[in-house]
Amino acid sequence: MAEEIPAELVASLESKAREIRRAVIRMTYAAGGGHPGGSLSVADLVTALLFHEMKYDPARSDWPERDRLVLSKGHAAPAFYAALGVRGVLSGEELLSLRKLGSRLQGHVDRNKLPWVEASTGCLGQGIGMAVGMALDGRLAKRANRVYAILGDGECQAGLTWEALMAGGHYRLDRLTVILDRNGLETDGSTESIMGIEPIADKFRAFRFHTLEIDGHDFRQILGALAAARRTTDRPTAIVARTVKGKGVSFMEGQHSWHGKAPGKAEAERALAELGGSLEGPVL
Amino acid sequence: MSAARPKESLRDAYGQTLVELGTADPTLTVLDADLSGSTRTVLFGQKFPERFFNVGVMEPTMMTIAAGLALGGRTVFASTFAVFAAGQAYNAVRQSICYNHANVKIVATHGGLLVGGDGGTHQMVEDIGLMRGLPGMTVIVPSDAPSTRAAVRAIAAETGPAYIRLPRENLPVVTDGTFRVGVAAELHSGSDLTIVAVGALVARALEVAEELMRSGLSIRVLDLASVKPFDAAALLRAARETGALLVLEEHSVLTGVGALVASVTSENYPVPVRRVGVPDVFGESGDPWTLLDRYGMSVERIRDEAWELLRLRGKVQ
Repeated sequence: MAEEIPAELVASLESKAREIRRAVIRMTYAAGGGHPGGSLSVADLVTALLFHEMKYDPARSDWPERDRLVLSKGHAAPAFYAALGVRGVLSGEELLSLRKLGSRLQGHVDRNKLPWVEASTGCLGQGIGMAVGMALDGRLAKRANRVYAILGDGECQAGLTWEALMAGGHYRLDRLTVILDRNGLETDGSTESIMGIEPIADKFRAFRFHTLEIDGHDFRQILGALAAARRTTDRPTAIVARTVKGKGVSFMEGQHSWHGKAPGKAEAERALAELGGSLEGPVL
Repeated sequence: MSAARPKESLRDAYGQTLVELGTADPTLTVLDADLSGSTRTVLFGQKFPERFFNVGVMEPTMMTIAAGLALGGRTVFASTFAVFAAGQAYNAVRQSICYNHANVKIVATHGGLLVGGDGGTHQMVEDIGLMRGLPGMTVIVPSDAPSTRAAVRAIAAETGPAYIRLPRENLPVVTDGTFRVGVAAELHSGSDLTIVAVGALVARALEVAEELMRSGLSIRVLDLASVKPFDAAALLRAARETGALLVLEEHSVLTGVGALVASVTSENYPVPVRRVGVPDVFGESGDPWTLLDRYGMSVERIRDEAWELLRLRGKVQ
């Protein structure tokens, strides 16, 4: 890749991602529900964005020049909240309020409850369209900011996703980067057994995206792809990030059953032991 | 009487007003989905091409893109036919626009049976109910071109989602061109019966009211263009002062304005209410105005329903 990525940076991001994964387990266990599988698969991508790539200031969530992140797979909310926790924006106590009555941490991200959320999402196929709108807005307003959208792979079965991607390609939105969390699994099983989306990279290319394929758990590759997207002009970039659903927790890895199910006490303890944590003590 | 009222295009009124608004607000942005000639957003597109996005046939994604644009602080208008805006794109309107409180104004043309020849697939008679049920959504059904201009200006001046329903057909001018969100215009005063109407049927309400006046009867006509928020005070005043309400709408009677008026009066001041509108069926191809007659919204039918209520009230034998 064109940019040298220091080993200390990679180690620091890996450490943050591990902390995020631990928080995801604590949060979904406390909530008795939520989506751990996709939150664990996307954790490294979210870490790379929020702790390195994106330009934003948590103290000024309405700063017009900030980069925008739209979590089009809104069910990966725990990973986003956990990242905000690790960043120091949310307390560990608040993280444990996930999905509870009165909490700002809704089951799917909600911009009117939590100011660091750019767009409320959850109905798949809509976040990507809002990201396209934000990129158009930035262009009209002559802002230099970038817009990132994280897509799920089940979401790539939705026609709306392709409408929005068609628009992103048509308008040559080079400040838009779409990252596909390609963990291969959706609620009921594997994407390819339910409704195949491959060859997915070819599809992005056909929709006029500069398309990269990476290992979505390798920070050198993630940062390299994000940097390449930043250098790309005249067309948007799609990063197909191959990931593992449930990444970091052996018994969740590659199991679609962990898409929308919280761990019980014994499972949470086992998961946290593997991630270097425990159910006791502060979340962060 | 109504024959004497000149007809004007509500769609042209919308397109022209958009250009005026776009001149005053350099950030105002407009989207359409390959129907800009029909919705008249083409007028804005010709004047401000850099702020106009014709996204093609992708109505739900037009709504999500509109939301993304609006979240950056813009006032955004999005237009297509009512069947696509409220039907095809319903969940995108719900999630991306209403749930986000995005400042998007949906102006849907070709609402109701007056679409005519395109037939039942394109005659949207459920949109008022769908849009009225969305938290935070303002819903306006103007009755003529002058009030359309005022309504478009009014929703542009407020922050938040709105839905305006316009017909394909030109309509007689029935208002003085004023419109306020949440206020019902009293277009004809009276004390024996109130006819509440929206859209194309306001002119028919006036026609019947004027005819009955010649028979010595006093009929109040309310234009309920502001369907949400609606003017509860005017409706309840009408219930108290005239004792019965007849509601006219070019929309399904199951979920439209008649259902609204009936629920408001029955909860607060129960009086006889009758609903004239589209029964629980889809439309079909045909001459627009003949369709209104055929589907139960003829002047004769409105007159009969009015007489029925007047008899119930003991105003006539």
